[in-house]
Amino acid sequence: MDFLNAIVALCNYVIVPGVTYGSQLALGALGVTLIYSILRFSNFAHGDTMAFGATVTILVTWFFQANGIGLGPLPTALLALPFGILGCIALVLLTDRMVYRFYRAQKAKPVILVIVSMGVMFIMNGLVRFILGPGNRTITDGERFIISAREFKAMTGLREGLALKTTQGITVITAVVVVVALFWFLNKTRTGKSMRAYSDNEDLALLSGINPERVVMVTWLIVASLATVAGVLYGLDKSFKPFTYMLLLLPIFASAIVGGLGSPVGAIAGGFLIAFSEVTITYAWKKVLVYALPKPLEPTGLVQLLSTDYKYAVSFSLLVLVLLFRPTGLFRGKSV
Amino acid sequence: MKDSTRTYGLFGLVVVLILATGFLQSWNSALLILNMGLISAIMALGVNLQWGFAGLFNVGIMGFAALGGLATVLISMPPVPEAWTAGGPRVLLGIVIGASTLSAAIWGYKRLPAGPTRPLGLMLFLVIGFFIFRWVFDPGVKAVEAINPAGTGYLGGLGLPVLFAWPLGGLLAAGAAWVIGKTALGLRSDYLAIATLGIAEIIVAMMKNEDWLARGVKNVTGIPRPVPYEVTLQNNVSFTNSAQSLGLDPVVASSLYVKLSYSILFSVVLLVLLWLAQRALKSPWGRMMRAIRDNEVAAEAMGKNVTARHLQVFILGSAICGIAGAMMTTLDGQLTPGSYQPIRYTFLIWVMVIVGGSGNNLGAVLGGFVIWFFWVQVEPIGQLLMTVATMGLDDSNPLKLHLLDSVAHMRLLTMGLILLLVLRFSPRGLLPEK
Repeated sequence: MDFLNAIVALCNYVIVPGVTYGSQLALGALGVTLIYSILRFSNFAHGDTMAFGATVTILVTWFFQANGIGLGPLPTALLALPFGILGCIALVLLTDRMVYRFYRAQKAKPVILVIVSMGVMFIMNGLVRFILGPGNRTITDGERFIISAREFKAMTGLREGLALKTTQGITVITAVVVVVALFWFLNKTRTGKSMRAYSDNEDLALLSGINPERVVMVTWLIVASLATVAGVLYGLDKSFKPFTYMLLLLPIFASAIVGGLGSPVGAIAGGFLIAFSEVTITYAWKKVLVYALPKPLEPTGLVQLLSTDYKYAVSFSLLVLVLLFRPTGLFRGKSV
Repeated sequence: MKDSTRTYGLFGLVVVLILATGFLQSWNSALLILNMGLISAIMALGVNLQWGFAGLFNVGIMGFAALGGLATVLISMPPVPEAWTAGGPRVLLGIVIGASTLSAAIWGYKRLPAGPTRPLGLMLFLVIGFFIFRWVFDPGVKAVEAINPAGTGYLGGLGLPVLFAWPLGGLLAAGAAWVIGKTALGLRSDYLAIATLGIAEIIVAMMKNEDWLARGVKNVTGIPRPVPYEVTLQNNVSFTNSAQSLGLDPVVASSLYVKLSYSILFSVVLLVLLWLAQRALKSPWGRMMRAIRDNEVAAEAMGKNVTARHLQVFILGSAICGIAGAMMTTLDGQLTPGSYQPIRYTFLIWVMVIVGGSGNNLGAVLGGFVIWFFWVQVEPIGQLLMTVATMGLDDSNPLKLHLLDSVAHMRLLTMGLILLLVLRFSPRGLLPEK
C-alpha cells in the first residue's frame, strides 16, 4: 500500500499522456466540427491538412535550425509555427477556390463533398510525401523535460518518478490559449457571431446580409490554423510520419461525433473523453495497482484490458455507442 | 447504339493497353495487370452496388478485403493438431463466452424495463463477462502461440481446397457489414463513412495482433493454390515439350500458364457477378433501389423500408468486396496483414468506381481495369517524365535527387487529381448510368 506512489504512477502514465493526447484530439476535432457546421460536410482531408501544416512548419524549422535561430529551451518549431499556419492557409484557400467552391455553388449533396474531400486528401497526402518522404522526422530540440523522472524522485524521495516533457507542457498551454482565443472569437466578435448565425440557419443569415463567402473564408482560415497547431503539437510530442495523420482521422471524427458534430464545446469534451478512454483501456495497470492495493490483492498479470494496438477499437466502440444511443452526441450537435 | 459503341471502344482500349504492356514490357507484367485488374473490377462492382445503386458511402473496403484474405487462411491452410490440443477448445470456448455475453446484453437491453438499473446492471454484466472471457481465452491463446512460433504458432485452417475460401470470404465480410449497417444506416450519410473507416482499421488491427488466428504480422505464406505450381509444370515432360514446340522457354511458359489459369478463374467469377449485378439492376429490386437513392422520402411514402433495403444492399456489396479480397490473397499466395493500407484498398477502389461511372456496372468494371493500369504504370511514366524534366540539372544536384526519389509518391497525387477532375468535369464517369 503506497498511495502517493500510486498517484504519481497514475499521473505519469495515464493523466499526463491523456491530457496531452486529449488536447491534440480536441484541436483536431474542433477543425472537423467547424467545417461541418459551416460547410456542412465531414472533411476527410482534415488529417492530411494537419500533416501539411506540420510539413511546412518542419521545413521552416530546419531553415531556422540551420541558421542557428532558436528559442533556447523551447523547441524551434514554435517559432516556425506561424509560417506553417500561413502555408497551410494558403493551400486550404487554394483548394477551396479550386475545388469546394464549385460544389457549394451547385448546392451539392454532403456525400458528394465527402468524396471530393477524399480526393483532396489524396492530393495533400501525396504532396506531403512528395516534400518530406514517407519516413519518420523528428524536429524536437531545446530542453527535453520540464521535470525528468530522476529530478522528481530526488525532489520528493518517492520511488516513482513523474516525467513532464517540454512538448507535453507546450501542447497543453498552446491548446488552452488557442481554445480560449477561438471561443472569444466565436462569441464576442462580429465575424464570429456571423459564423454562428450562418451555422444555425443559413437562409436567415443570408437575409440579414451576412456574406457567405466571407464566412466560409474565415472558417477555412481558422480551420487551417487549428489543423496546423494540432499537427505540429502531435508531431512534436510523438514524431512526424505522414501516414499517422491519416490514421488520426478516426479518433478525431470519433471525438467530434461523440461530443456532437457542430458543437465546439462538444469537440473539446469528446477529444478528452476519447483520449482518456484510449489511454485507460490500453494501459497496463499493474504498476498502479501494486502500489494501491494491499499485498494479498496485488495482481499477477499486467491488468491491461486491451493491447495498445487496439486503441482505435476503443474510439470506435465509443463512437458506435453514441451513434446507437444518442446520435446527436453528448452536447446535442446539429443533426442525425 | 451510341452507348454500346462507347462501351466497346473503351473496353477495346483496355485490351490495347494490356496488349501494349505485353509487347513493350513483358507478358508477365501484362498478365499481372490483367489479374489484379480483374480483382479490382470485382471490388469496384461491389462498391458500385452500394454507391451506384443505393448511394451508400463505404470507406471500409480495406477491412472487407482483409476479411476475405483471412478466409483463405482459415479454409486452405493445414490445421495444426498440436495447437488444437494445446489451446483450441479454450480459445473456442472463450469466443463463445464473449459472443454470448454480448448477445445476452443486447437481449437484456431490449427486454429489461428502462430506468437507472438497466444501464448499470448491463454494464456490470458486461464487465464481469469480459473478465470471464479473458480468463478463459488468454491461456488458450498463450498455449496456441507457444507451439512452434517460428513455423506455425496458430490454429491453422481446415485444409480444404482454397476455392472454398472465396464464398467464405464473402460471408465473413457480409457479417461485418451487417454489424456496421445495423449501427450506422438510417443516420446521416457521413456517419456510415466514418463507421466503415473505423471497422476497417479494427479488422486490420485484429489481423495484425491475433497471432493465434492467422499468425499476425508474422504472415502466413505458402497458401495452397487452385492452379498448378511452376515447378511441377517445369518437371512435366509433356508441358515442356508443348512449350518448346511453341518456341517458349519452359520457365517463362510455366509462369505464363499459371497466371493465365488465374485469369480464367477470376474472369469466370467476374462474369458471374457482373451478370448477377446486371440482372439486379434491371429487376424491380434494382428500380426500387434507384428510386430510394434518388428520393428517399418519396420511396418511404410508397411503403418501402429504406433502412432495411440499404442494409441489404450494403451487405451484398461488402460480400463482393470480401470475395475479391479472398481472390487477391489466393493470387498472392500469402496473407500479410501489414500490407493493408487504406489508400490502396479503399480509396483507390473509390477512384475506380467514380471514374468508371457510378450506377453502371460495366462502368465500374472498366474503371477497375483502367485505374489499376494507371496505378501500376504511373511510376515508370513518372520516372521517365522526372528524368526528362531534370535533365538540365547536375547528377549530384540535391533537388534532382529528391525529385527522382519522390517519383513513387506521384501515384497519390495523380489519383487524387484524376478523381477531382472526373468529379468536376464528368461526374457521371466514363460510362454514364443509363
